[in-house]
Amino acid sequence: MRRFLMQADTTAVSRRDFVRVSLVLGGGLMVSVYGCGPNGEEPPRAATGGTLEPNAFVRIDTSGNVVVTSKHLEMGQGAYTGLATIIADELDADWSTVTVEGAGADDKKYGNATLGGLQGTGGSSAIANSWMQHRQAGATARAMLVAAAAAQWKLPVSELTTEPGMVVHAATNRRAPYGTLVTAAAAMPVPADVPLKDPSAFRYIGKEKGITPRVDAKAKGNGTATFTQDVKLPGMLTAVVAHAPRFGATVRSFDATKAKAVPGVRDVVQIPTGVAVLAEHFWAAKLGRDALTVEWDESAAYMKGTAEIMAQFREAAARPGRGVRNDGDADATITNASKTVEATYAFPYLAHASMEPLNCVVELKSDSAAIWNANQFPTVDRGVVAKIFGLAPEKITMHTLLSGGSFGRRANPKSDYVAEAATIAKAIAGRAPVKLVWTREDDMAAGYFRPAMLHRLRGGLDAAGTPVAWWQRVVGQSMMEGTMFADPTGNDTSSYEGASDHVYDIPNVFLDVHYEKVGVPIQWWRSVGHTHTAFAVEMFVDEMAKAAGRDPLEFRQAMLAKDPRRLAVLNLAAEKAGWGSPPPAGRARGIAVHKSFDTYVAEVAEVSLQDGVPRVHRVTCAVDCGIVVNPDVVRAQMEGAVAFGLGAALFGRIEIDGGRVTSLNFDRYRVLRQREMPEVTVHIMPSTEKPTGVGEPGTPPIGPAVANALFALTGTPTRTLPLVT
Amino acid sequence: MASITINGQPRDVTADPSTPLLWVLRDIVGLTGTKFGCGIAQCGACTVHLDGVPVRSCSTPLSAVGPRPVTTIEGLSTDSTHAVQRAWVEMQVAQCGYCQSGQIMSAAALLDRNAAPTDADIDTAMQGNVCRCGTYQRIRAGIHRAAEMKRASA
Repeated sequence: MRRFLMQADTTAVSRRDFVRVSLVLGGGLMVSVYGCGPNGEEPPRAATGGTLEPNAFVRIDTSGNVVVTSKHLEMGQGAYTGLATIIADELDADWSTVTVEGAGADDKKYGNATLGGLQGTGGSSAIANSWMQHRQAGATARAMLVAAAAAQWKLPVSELTTEPGMVVHAATNRRAPYGTLVTAAAAMPVPADVPLKDPSAFRYIGKEKGITPRVDAKAKGNGTATFTQDVKLPGMLTAVVAHAPRFGATVRSFDATKAKAVPGVRDVVQIPTGVAVLAEHFWAAKLGRDALTVEWDESAAYMKGTAEIMAQFREAAARPGRGVRNDGDADATITNASKTVEATYAFPYLAHASMEPLNCVVELKSDSAAIWNANQFPTVDRGVVAKIFGLAPEKITMHTLLSGGSFGRRANPKSDYVAEAATIAKAIAGRAPVKLVWTREDDMAAGYFRPAMLHRLRGGLDAAGTPVAWWQRVVGQSMMEGTMFADPTGNDTSSYEGASDHVYDIPNVFLDVHYEKVGVPIQWWRSVGHTHTAFAVEMFVDEMAKAAGRDPLEFRQAMLAKDPRRLAVLNLAAEKAGWGSPPPAGRARGIAVHKSFDTYVAEVAEVSLQDGVPRVHRVTCAVDCGIVVNPDVVRAQMEGAVAFGLGAALFGRIEIDGGRVTSLNFDRYRVLRQREMPEVTVHIMPSTEKPTGVGEPGTPPIGPAVANALFALTGTPTRTLPLVT
Repeated sequence: MASITINGQPRDVTADPSTPLLWVLRDIVGLTGTKFGCGIAQCGACTVHLDGVPVRSCSTPLSAVGPRPVTTIEGLSTDSTHAVQRAWVEMQVAQCGYCQSGQIMSAAALLDRNAAPTDADIDTAMQGNVCRCGTYQRIRAGIHRAAEMKRASA
């Protein structure tokens, strides 16, 4: 991480610096680091004009409007609403006055402690890493408004209270709207050590739907929500790129004569990733690209397909890998066990396939530049763009737009599409702002998939049907290799997270891993390694339970005594799903439980077969994410994660043939649609533990829950995904 | 040049006749509420009404529009008060929101021809609209709620 930060962006903070900064933040003195950011444009004061701005996260104007600056990208997961809820509660803001805007790039102000101080949205960390920081930010602003009212009314602060949007002196029935106090409050020192609310006094945090509705709901229902795709700058050209048909191929030569003859086409330029056609609007650029003739140099291209890749993995699975976990002697125990179980599970490449195909707007000027993008790693992207332009990072302004999905894709460790947009702007010497638009096919063919994986498992049971040994080998590409998160030893925990650390109480556990070299670019995808490890572990648990002749729920319960939170969600989901009662005729239930990103989720799926195709009728979900900020957002994330994971389990598969991706659009890359959506019921575990994330953890359990239901229904385990081929 | 009617306003558009209505709306007329998702009528993000009928504007060339009026999300209501829009907020349907213009246009067209759709009717009418965030359960609830609202105000 430290190595990365230095190479990506010279303004980034080191992990040690970040600890210092976060301690400062914890003390409510955001102002002490404010103004030290790389842009240096804001002075270290609490006021800007007629605005109270005590920290980097909230400002209030004289009309009482509260603007929250979100350091996290809003990509659907509700980060804007959740972060604003925390601040609004401690501030006692009137929710109807709260709006949210995306932050620019600044690791010092907006770093994410769970990413080592890097500004970024991922790992289901938005609420987890902001919880105390944002409470403090809201409480500090409130304290300054209360102090201003106290001074105005010549009353002790202790006699004043707040109601949404105003300071109140109950004894004399005096009330001052926040807006009227802003000017006086802004002149006051920013206090340190502001006390936080007792949770019993929360008016927004943890409250039900309707109290703090999503801040973006209305704009997303009337077409005014602005995504990168919607940005239009004066004189802007739209760029569409002819990309190489295979990973690693390059342009040998091209003929742009016909492309340049297309009305509206203004320029055709070669860039490292292909040939870009720039036009007055998308359709002209697209017609221009269609009219290009490009000869590709495929001498260094990757030429294998998914079948060969999986064969490579199966061959590797026969050989010992790099050791990860070795409790007791799993191998010998299995050899001597009363019963043994063996299975190999194969997982395909998966695309993020966000609804908004990737895009980026770049404006390059003589000594500065600006980017409009759904910035998931804003300082990483800025660092890459800075190198391309030969500009200092602080000369580049990052405008953060709403993101039409992402599921991890816009957090590209190489800033792939952002860099491409920058190279186009550079190739035309900044003569016009450029909007790079990828077609759906460009998006799907670019790779950066959830890696294909293979898990080989062996288990041993004693005569009583108790598991005594677990042996697992994981094979696939390392997701972190070559990224800023790479471990210098070459180890990659994301390949086996959720498997090596499974807590089933088994005395002999072995796990090793092979990091295979494959020329297909890969990347994290909603829930990272857990996308496959949860399936391998939870499906194999059911295979072992069946071999033991035991109920899958009881089998798990007996192995989870040491993990009460996991056991509790398992029991809650089972109870709410009516696990003990027979399912409707023709249906079976399957259960799975998994912890990811410190959140525990159990899901029970009720499944039938209709014309041989799995039909998921109901999903009962139990989640423990600690303190809940927005229950309805938590439910929405579980519902959505079930849909996302279910679509992948049923249909998701990227096919590569001779190095060419052939699953290029929604006709060949099937995703979940309305008819396939089950009825999802979400049960949230009450908790006083610190809040954890909900964007990803609903995804891992659904695949194995469905496969386990099918196993119960048919007696046949699922060894290869997707289920429907 | 083609003359088309968008949200009740006549517009003269200069573009190649093959230009999909989607790009006419977005890049020439400047109405960006209608979204580009797939370009091949597989995802529904670009859904608009053509003479009241939901169509995929990414696959509807300008030359095919003719005199039929086009309604986009911006023209569904001027103040977000269409029953589907109100129900969408009430049910907190949207997540990333990118597909929702298309979802809402498909849902509004369904309710125009079927005042009380069943779940099966909804599945059929909405099968062409993909939501990668997986808001389908709330879309279903939102359509039922909007139907109630429309009946109550009828």
